[in-house]
Amino acid sequence: MLLMEQSELIPHLFRTEYRKIVAVLCKLFGIEHIEIAEDIVSNTFLQASELWGVKGAPPNPAGWLYTAAKNKTRDYLKRNANFAQNISKEFTLRTTSTEEIDVDLSDKNISDSQLAMIFVTCHPCNPADAQIGLALNLLCGFGIDEIARAFLTNREVIYKRLQRAKEKLREERVRIEEPALNEIDNRMTSVLMTLYLLFNEGYYSASQDVTLRKELCLEAMRLTYMLTDHPATNKPEVNALLSLMCFHSSRFDARLGYHGETILYDEQDRDLWNQELITRGEYFLNLASQGNKLSKFHLEAAIAYWHTTKENSTEKWENILQLYNQLLIIEYSPMAALNRTYALSKAHGKEQAIVEAEKINLVGNHLYHCLLGELYNGVNNARALFHLQQALSLAQSAGDKAIISNKISQLNH
Amino acid sequence: MPKASPEEMQAMAKRWMDWFGSIAAQNKLSERGNRLVPGAGKVVRPNNVVTDGPYMEIKESIGGYAIVKANSVEEAAELAKGCPVFIYGGNVEVREVMAM
Repeated sequence: MLLMEQSELIPHLFRTEYRKIVAVLCKLFGIEHIEIAEDIVSNTFLQASELWGVKGAPPNPAGWLYTAAKNKTRDYLKRNANFAQNISKEFTLRTTSTEEIDVDLSDKNISDSQLAMIFVTCHPCNPADAQIGLALNLLCGFGIDEIARAFLTNREVIYKRLQRAKEKLREERVRIEEPALNEIDNRMTSVLMTLYLLFNEGYYSASQDVTLRKELCLEAMRLTYMLTDHPATNKPEVNALLSLMCFHSSRFDARLGYHGETILYDEQDRDLWNQELITRGEYFLNLASQGNKLSKFHLEAAIAYWHTTKENSTEKWENILQLYNQLLIIEYSPMAALNRTYALSKAHGKEQAIVEAEKINLVGNHLYHCLLGELYNGVNNARALFHLQQALSLAQSAGDKAIISNKISQLNH
Repeated sequence: MPKASPEEMQAMAKRWMDWFGSIAAQNKLSERGNRLVPGAGKVVRPNNVVTDGPYMEIKESIGGYAIVKANSVEEAAELAKGCPVFIYGGNVEVREVMAM
């Protein structure tokens, strides 16, 4: 920290501290006043950058921010007596009889508040993309511009989406509190789904901004880790999701080229796979193997585990095939259907996979035609070419088109 | 049926899973259903008469069920063609469920 340049210090603290103070204030004020909480914390950072720019940073910058945020909150409450009365009515029930509201920025309360905020931002009253936006905004301290870049859209769209989502939370009177133990199981599914989508947004995004995509993945992992760190939310399926994220992100560097283009699994430099993340993935997968619930995250993590083994053995693909069978029985998705058929071709050969592929019939999906192009390659090259051309005409992103064109030219040789 | 070795049982379980997986990959599996435990059943008749299942004596018994999504009985019958029960010499009865 001491060596950190002044210009880097505030953005760094903004990343780590903004979300903590916002979470604590949101929990203190309630869902109606999220914007007040955000304003107070933004002003705190503004004051810091003005003051530190002149005088230099204080010895304990985070502590300074906490004190400044507390003071600003106190001032705000003094100036807005009605607001203070409203929130103190509820608040005094929970605290000692001190007249003045004290903002509790202890590690414990920060952690509890952030956990409560995870359940608020991932509330199912909002659609998935709004939940992800809110999580990035309130839990990860992402600005509107960054979120817009991540979603490949403009700031206006994101601004409106966040406003609507906050409004919806207010309408639904969602309470910012740790859910009761008996509620956690019900709410967990939607929380895990949002964290899963947040991770995927980074992992599969069409955005060329590799740094930003990595950050989305890291944030999703950080929030999932936070859930494993809390006894009430440390469930097997949370560990399964975290394991899945570790396995996937172990290939992050190997699967992206210099310009953010995708490098296919078979063509990845396996020395670039991150062994430390693979080991962590195995650790969390072990922790996930408790209880009697087999979630889709367990199955996906187990599939991802097999993908971290380098040899293309029949055993590997047979296991992957069986896991996809189970995954599809729990929940159908076109992606799982395509991947199952690919695993089938590796385990039982192309002939059988072609029969199955023709049955799944996802003609509007470019990946379906990519799969058939792959399966027919060497069996019936005319069919392979036909499907790759279909794939090319259906593909949306430049990256996908490049990969398919490349396959077509290889086929012609 | 002669007792199968663990390897044979595993290979058989795999065939069943591949069949379910194939139907599910077409988004046509509604409910995987259950296997019925062979033998130990009861038949309840009028006037509170309970006897051991008739399935003990007759050759055919129902081994299990699964519910699939199909536009016609013909389409459902097509899905049934891959069922591993044929390996045991069994057959599949395809019926339409009347939605209540």
